[in-house]
Amino acid sequence: MKVEDLYQEIILDHYRTKHHSGLRQPYDAEVRHVNPTCGDEVLLRVRLDGDTVTDVSYEAMGCSISQASTSVMSDLVIGNDIAYDLDLYEEFLTMMQSKGQIEPDEERLEDGIAFAGVAKFPARVKCALIGWSAFRDAVLRAQSGPKASVVKEMEQ
Amino acid sequence: MSVDGGPEYPATTDLAEVATGGVALVDEPIAFDVEAIRGDFPILERTVDGAPLVYLDSANSSQKPRVVVEAIEDHYLNHNANVARAMHLLGAEATEAFEDSRAQLARFIGANRSEEVVFTKNASEALNLCAYTLGTSIRPGDEIVISVMEHHSNIVPWQLLAQRSGAVLRWFDVTSEGRLDLDKAVAEGLINERTKIISVTYVSNVLGTVNPISQIAALGHAVGATVVVDASQAVPQLAVDFAALGADLVAFTGHKMVGPTGIGVLWGRYELLAALPPFLGGGEMIEIVTMEGSTYAPPPHRFEAGTPPIAQAVGLGAAAQYLSAIGMDQISDHEHDITAYALQGLRTLPGLTILGPDEAVDRGGAVSFTLAAPDGQPIHPHDVSHLLDSRGIAVRAGHHCARPLHERFGVQSSTRASFYLYTTYAEIDALIDGLDYTRSFFGGLR
Repeated sequence: MKVEDLYQEIILDHYRTKHHSGLRQPYDAEVRHVNPTCGDEVLLRVRLDGDTVTDVSYEAMGCSISQASTSVMSDLVIGNDIAYDLDLYEEFLTMMQSKGQIEPDEERLEDGIAFAGVAKFPARVKCALIGWSAFRDAVLRAQSGPKASVVKEMEQ
Repeated sequence: MSVDGGPEYPATTDLAEVATGGVALVDEPIAFDVEAIRGDFPILERTVDGAPLVYLDSANSSQKPRVVVEAIEDHYLNHNANVARAMHLLGAEATEAFEDSRAQLARFIGANRSEEVVFTKNASEALNLCAYTLGTSIRPGDEIVISVMEHHSNIVPWQLLAQRSGAVLRWFDVTSEGRLDLDKAVAEGLINERTKIISVTYVSNVLGTVNPISQIAALGHAVGATVVVDASQAVPQLAVDFAALGADLVAFTGHKMVGPTGIGVLWGRYELLAALPPFLGGGEMIEIVTMEGSTYAPPPHRFEAGTPPIAQAVGLGAAAQYLSAIGMDQISDHEHDITAYALQGLRTLPGLTILGPDEAVDRGGAVSFTLAAPDGQPIHPHDVSHLLDSRGIAVRAGHHCARPLHERFGVQSSTRASFYLYTTYAEIDALIDGLDYTRSFFGGLR
């Protein structure tokens, strides 16, 4: 697989113009996830209204894959039911762990299918997952009680 | 020396001179021939999607010549047994091979006697050994001095010691050019009568800076401090003479000097080693064990508990022999020429910023840099290395186990290209082309 196939136009577009970037008030949980091997970081907030994710805001630094994936994720999850978003997370995770063997559902993952190619590069899978894991973590924390702020290192 | 028709360079300080007077090699040096040397490293014949492999990550781990691999193979296939305890023919052969390697390493680094060479599993273990054994006499309020340019392996063991003992950890800053800031250290009284340990790197794994170890050692000894040096990046590329260096303890690793993984070395002045308590307890390091207590073997075995890395020691001995046969002065010259050529090429790339000295003066063969696209947006090192990798060029991306140094320079991470005896000018050209392509790719100009 050529590297130019990895860096699809969708990914480069999101990387150059990140959607929903910047930290916003109000929020119900804030988490910081870091990838200790490369220093990628995302500080991410979620706002819930009942069972609905009404906002995801973030400040992130890192490679194009991690930035673009976080941008795509925020597009996909805002405005949905929490349960739907957590299913989406599982679907994205499964695709990323498939080593490129799974044909993703474009109806549901939309721009997210551009990352199917990343799944063929083991060193980059964590990059594509950092924003998604932060989102899931923040949602679970927001649901579990008072305003939480945590730092978590991705598993090696 | 000019290889591949490389350009002439301005006269600069020779790395070998920096190494406090290179060790005199007994072997008559043969003419330095990169192509012949590359023939000793089968892995360099690999191609990546049809393009030749360009391995520019030797500061991370060097490639291995056939003689090193064959020495290990011959040991396992023909002489394998445990050392120092097997009283049979193979045990005697293995013990002799292990101790011969120690003697070869001693010659290679300029030790006064082979008992000053302790085999460890890597440089990190050697530095932890220093922190642990020296640490037994550290008291609350004592000061330990390191530098902001250290690899994590020369930071964390001292942080742990400071936490255990109540000592204060302090550090040398660096100048914007990436040299140790000795003036600032003097101004703030960094080295003083409370300083018990100074531990600094000989050559920075990120900036390439060669530090003035003899000068630092003199400062340390003037206040009675013990001086530890991390020479992991120095031993592979400089002709070193530890006995003349001025330091008390020096750590380095095998796999960066064309030797195998799984083995490192701690060199120490014999009288100091003899005065230090044991590190790990176990077989081999003892004299007499009773249930009430034990006495310990003299150095180096006191610090080599358990079955040591025997085959690795044999491989490392072969590596030292291989490098000596080529000549460390010649390797050092080549490294200098290649680095100067690379710095010259990198300086032509817009958007590229070199971390550390951008002239090949008092500088080793590792060059770290950041890169920005034509629109000024930084390109993350992961993306740079991935693009280069797709063209068969292997570099390192990240903080290179030196996060505080990156923070000091205000960057999250960098891309590092590092060179060795087998690096060619053509490979540097490939790197520059690859970086140029990377810039246009992320700048939307492809």
